[in-house]
Amino acid sequence: MTKLAPVLSAYWDEKDSFTLTAYQRNGGYKASEKALAMEPDTVIQLVKDSGLRGRGGAGFPTGMKWGFIPQGDNKDHYLVVNADESEPGTCKDMPLLMANPHVLIEGCIIACHAIRAKHAFIYIRGEVTHIVRRLNQAITDAYAAGILGNGVDVVLHVGAGAYICGEETALLDSLEGFRGQPRLRPPFPAIAGLYARPTVVNNVESIASVPAIVMNGADWYQSMGTEKSKGTTLFSLSGHVVNPGQFEAPLGITLREILELAGGVRAGHKLKFWTPGGSSTPLFTDAHLDVPLDYEGVAAAGSMLGTKALQIFDETTCVVRAVLRWTEFYKHESCGKCTPCREGTWWLVQILRDLEAGKGTEADLAKLLDLCDNILGRSFCAFGDGATSPITSSIKYFRDEYIAHLIQGGCPFDPVAATLFVGAGA
Amino acid sequence: MAFSTEDLQIMDSIIKRYPRPRSAIMPLLHFVQSKEGYVTNEGIELIAEILELAAAEVTAVSTFYTQYKSAPVGEYHVGVCTNTLCAVMGGDAIFASLKEHLEIENDGVTTDGKVSLEHIECNAACDYAPVVMANWEFYDNQTVESAKELVDSMRAGKPKPPTRGPNRLVSWKEASAVLAGLNDGLAHEGVQAGEPTLLGLKLSKAGK
Repeated sequence: MTKLAPVLSAYWDEKDSFTLTAYQRNGGYKASEKALAMEPDTVIQLVKDSGLRGRGGAGFPTGMKWGFIPQGDNKDHYLVVNADESEPGTCKDMPLLMANPHVLIEGCIIACHAIRAKHAFIYIRGEVTHIVRRLNQAITDAYAAGILGNGVDVVLHVGAGAYICGEETALLDSLEGFRGQPRLRPPFPAIAGLYARPTVVNNVESIASVPAIVMNGADWYQSMGTEKSKGTTLFSLSGHVVNPGQFEAPLGITLREILELAGGVRAGHKLKFWTPGGSSTPLFTDAHLDVPLDYEGVAAAGSMLGTKALQIFDETTCVVRAVLRWTEFYKHESCGKCTPCREGTWWLVQILRDLEAGKGTEADLAKLLDLCDNILGRSFCAFGDGATSPITSSIKYFRDEYIAHLIQGGCPFDPVAATLFVGAGA
Repeated sequence: MAFSTEDLQIMDSIIKRYPRPRSAIMPLLHFVQSKEGYVTNEGIELIAEILELAAAEVTAVSTFYTQYKSAPVGEYHVGVCTNTLCAVMGGDAIFASLKEHLEIENDGVTTDGKVSLEHIECNAACDYAPVVMANWEFYDNQTVESAKELVDSMRAGKPKPPTRGPNRLVSWKEASAVLAGLNDGLAHEGVQAGEPTLLGLKLSKAGK
């Protein structure tokens, strides 16, 4: 049985955990002090040695990303933190920032030192008023204490409801004051990012993981996790489970283990399908309960670790309804820049709506897959690929359920049975 | 309404946060909403003027993002998550019942101007599903009944406080000011975390 390993979440149960006082009481801002006394390249090497990989979905090695920033180029460098957490099912960065905004600020100070940047921007999604308050106050308090403003400035930038801004180049366009649409790469942000200057874009959890690595060393971090997926990370369990929540554990833990901790699937029901890392990662079923949840394990089983957003659905859930809803989301959030995604997601929704209503034919399933084939790998950014994941994976595992809608001329499921308040008289 | 000298000073301070002025468009649009309730033509033109842009350039940005409203919303803007997970767990039922209860459709506003309703996408609180937001504050673990009680409390002028948020629900305009980066002094209020957030930590302390 894998043991939980709270590092990021270690002090979240202290009532004032979000304050500077609480953060410093628990050793906060000692890591930045230590890092600032080190050579920037030594800090980069330390993060490389730790094996930390990006926690925003792609899993790119964080230290390597930092190492791509050209040095001695006499240009301004920027750190941009992606706090636009919007991938359906993903709910780790927002509670982290609500409970402990200072760990992100300390991570920013260390990262800025490493990449020789004076400016960090935190791009947070706009639909979280109280978390904006907490982060803003933490930044203000850090300035007042002289922690910020002595070489590093942190600016909080609040988004306004566009999922695509979680894509790093769309985020940069948005931060520059444009519509958030992705940019062609190359040039990569490390060469020409914010204001066409060398820029590192990292997820909240990645940057927040850095202070503990600096304090405890690369070996300590390496001692957790699996061969190529090191460290501890936040797994977010939601859906038809007895106790949903955040579980910080070493990479490589399995859903079976996490479900056991959570009291299992809700009473009287069984697991039907789940996402390992948000809606953009291909669905898994009860056949995947023992897949090690690390970057390699999940990929080998045909999906992606993504944001470690474990959304659990039991047998009362109609997979066609679930997939239609995700597809409507992608259609709504498509930025419109490229044709395969803009037009493709629109057509996907039309066909899925018919299928859910039992109005389609079996040929529509082939058409869906054909459309997905023309979106996957042919869109401007990874958004299009993500939009196809729930469709292709659900047809792979639940083709019969799509057919059942056609035979029955409608959805065979009762949506009330899937709600949490079924039987509660609501 | 006209923007005051003080408003212009605030807008200037927002611009000064950034190395390049254009980056301030988004907080400036949030600020306009904090004053006018939505993005008015006057607000667009003012932003264009102070950033030395064409009004069309500011409009292009404003219309891209769903949080910028082109028409007034209620004093309390309610969003019901109907992305897959929340929808399945009860979000669809909550949204349908609120439309019926308030006698408005998606994006509608009650005749008293108190409540507006919108179905929203995933709001990063899935372990608290079904989730309802009001002025982008969290109302966790909602049911059809609790959501109706919530909007009723808004219409009565005494909105229930958020589950994870300040001790009182601020108005749409006040919340917009927070999103523009202005400090309303309420950051210390409310819990640091809800139970699901702390579950793994609690189990770990119990030896798991």
